[in-house]
Amino acid sequence: MSVISAKGLTKNFGKFKALNGVNLEVDKGEVYGFIGPNGAGKSTTIRVLLGVLKATEGKAEIFGMDAWSEAVEIHKRIAYVPGDVNLWPNLTGGEVIDLFVKLRGGSQRRKREELIDRFKLDPSKKCRTYSKGNRQKVALVAAFSSEADLYILDEPTSGLDPLMERVFQECVKEAKNEGKSILLSSHILSEVERLCDKVGIIREGKMIESGTLEELRHLTRTQLHVETREPSPGLVKIPGVHNLQKNGRAATFQVDSEKLEDVISYLSSYGVLKLESAPPKLEDLFMRHYKGENSGPVGEGG
Amino acid sequence: MKSRLFKNISTLSRFIFKKDRFKMALWIVGIVGFTLAVAVAFPDLYRTAAERQQLAASMVNPAVTALVGRGYGLDDYTYGAMMAHQMLGMTTIIAGLMNILLVAKHTRADEEAGLTEMILSLPSGRLSTMGASMAVMAVLNSIMAVAVGLGLFSTGIESLDLEGSLLYGAVIGAIGLFFAAVTALCAQLTESTRGTIGLSIAVLGGAYLIRAAGDVSNETLSWFSPIGWVLGTETYVNNYWWPIILTLAATLCIAVLAFYLNTIRDVGAGFFPSKPGRMTASLFLRSPFGLALRLQRSSLVFWTLGIVVLAVTYGSVLGETEIYFEDIEFMEEFLPVMEGVSLTDQFLAVLMAVMAIIITIPALLMILKLKGEEKNQRLESLFSLPVSRIRMMGSYLLLAMLSSVFLLLVSGLAMGSMGVAVIEEAELAPFITSSLVYLPAVWVMLAVTALLIGFLPKYTGLIWLYLGFSFMTVYFGDLFQMPGWLTGLTPFDHVPGMPVDEFNFMSAAVMIIVAVTIGAAGFFGYLKRDIHG
Repeated sequence: MSVISAKGLTKNFGKFKALNGVNLEVDKGEVYGFIGPNGAGKSTTIRVLLGVLKATEGKAEIFGMDAWSEAVEIHKRIAYVPGDVNLWPNLTGGEVIDLFVKLRGGSQRRKREELIDRFKLDPSKKCRTYSKGNRQKVALVAAFSSEADLYILDEPTSGLDPLMERVFQECVKEAKNEGKSILLSSHILSEVERLCDKVGIIREGKMIESGTLEELRHLTRTQLHVETREPSPGLVKIPGVHNLQKNGRAATFQVDSEKLEDVISYLSSYGVLKLESAPPKLEDLFMRHYKGENSGPVGEGG
Repeated sequence: MKSRLFKNISTLSRFIFKKDRFKMALWIVGIVGFTLAVAVAFPDLYRTAAERQQLAASMVNPAVTALVGRGYGLDDYTYGAMMAHQMLGMTTIIAGLMNILLVAKHTRADEEAGLTEMILSLPSGRLSTMGASMAVMAVLNSIMAVAVGLGLFSTGIESLDLEGSLLYGAVIGAIGLFFAAVTALCAQLTESTRGTIGLSIAVLGGAYLIRAAGDVSNETLSWFSPIGWVLGTETYVNNYWWPIILTLAATLCIAVLAFYLNTIRDVGAGFFPSKPGRMTASLFLRSPFGLALRLQRSSLVFWTLGIVVLAVTYGSVLGETEIYFEDIEFMEEFLPVMEGVSLTDQFLAVLMAVMAIIITIPALLMILKLKGEEKNQRLESLFSLPVSRIRMMGSYLLLAMLSSVFLLLVSGLAMGSMGVAVIEEAELAPFITSSLVYLPAVWVMLAVTALLIGFLPKYTGLIWLYLGFSFMTVYFGDLFQMPGWLTGLTPFDHVPGMPVDEFNFMSAAVMIIVAVTIGAAGFFGYLKRDIHG
């Protein structure tokens, strides 16, 4: 059953087309990674899903209800953390958490205290004194201490330190284990790789790639570093080999996942002394889409 | 030492000029233009000396004195004396506001935004940012003083002589600079921009109120207010320059204190300690209404205090109305004698209208906060919760409506308790009904604001124009002989001027229906539109 189902979402701001036919499908119990650079339309999509913006065209449903007209009913079961958390400067963090939890309904005192402790937040401070990271903690504590079925998280870790990022990832995993669904928009690709079952990539208001990480990996390339007993002159001619750099009998290159077999069988006749391979990374895929189709991936060998 | 503390001050000063040139130019053009426009309009409005004398006599009553200050040269009410009496007091407030807003921006706002820290990390002196702000304000206020002075003189209107005109400009410049220094001091004391502006405006309001109370009751009291000092120049009449010197000397002392405090404090800190806050929300802060009230609590308290003081001041002069008005023959024109109606009651009706318009300001601010929250990107989080648009806007509207009821009640009560004390055989009830009768009109204003928030969120500022127009019609409608269709455009024109007029059930009912209709349309628009943050 799909928790979020968006079809052909288009949003115009005046003449500017922020979204251009975005499709998005998140199933129950799934962690969906939503990636794309700044200004690609991630936050706009999320705002349409929240019913804060009205889609110019297309249909967005959450829990099978219309995201715009049934927003209030939907919001009883979702928790949202914005990328840029703006809080009331003269309220304390604790007050804001309580306000959010209370407005959503159903408070969990114990969970709140536990999360405040885990995120190491001082709830007695006024929000004006919080750094970006601390404001994000306020929003995260408020989100995870409520009983939601769907978490919509818009770049929630951009201000957190690595320790807090780990706490956040634990929270996401716990929520997933409880069968909750999560839409996670992020810039931190390693985080998406670690947490997400499915990934969607948005660019200039269009979804250009989406699927499970496994599916997407087929579209990407493996980085190889080899040293052979004999020089291997024919390597450059094999289709699917990219960015070849030769240094004597050593070669570093990327290969399309489906051509890996051809390359290995070719190399084996030259006596392989050393073979290092790095798995295809989300970053490579991401960069490939964003740097244009012609240039190769820029992943590091490992 | 000096070069160390103020290093790079000239670069920073030029930077402030560059950054704020439009804002500064707008303020100056506004103040100069407004002053000249009124100066030029006076000879058309009051052609003869006799007309001016009539006006002078109508101005001699405690309410006007409290509002604009004590008049000088009333026995020879020249255009110059008119300007100094009717315009100068008000202009000092505007000049004060200009300086408060600009200096708060340069000092505490930049510091709160972390910009001061950036500047201090460069080779610039500890006092350079504030020093640059003060230097810029000194130049700016001087330009304003000279522009106003030469501008008034250049109108060529008789009695606007060179010395008087320059003094007129100097008054505005000096009081402006005084409040620039006050704001710089407040920026050292408080930890937030909000606090700095709030405290500075409280000082400005206090100066105005002390001057108002002093001018009505006890002259010595007025000399405790810087606005009292500068109005004591008796511009265009006696042209005393020493109050300007006094003001500038006080300004210097305040600025030196502010500079000293700046050297001994940490960046980002203030001298008023910030209390540790609550760990949890109170039961009351658990709904959009609770939030709306909590966010505007201090503003409401501040306005309540101001309105009580103003109402009490007005109330205290009511007893003297008859004495003031009795001797003046042409008072009949200002407040025509009506059969069976006392002058006090007539005067009371005018006061009630003015108070109602003043009370509309906080009421409008309460609902406009909803727009401010959107602009500051704080609504998105709330709308991601199960909070409907209707509930959100309804909360702010309800708060505004309740505030207007509360403030009109407080105003009537405050003026009434004073009035009962000074007028023989007066009762409290008529004061309260005369005040509350404006409720439907205030609600129409709130409904129009809701309509703007619903359909034209970028142009909510238009409501202030509408309120300004309402004030002009209510206060000057008769004086400028505005046509009925024009005055009828404001809801305040349709309110019966109690206690003189009878309560009119029809007009109240019609206004409430209009308010409900317009308000409902506002809700409709708000339901349909995007929330931009």
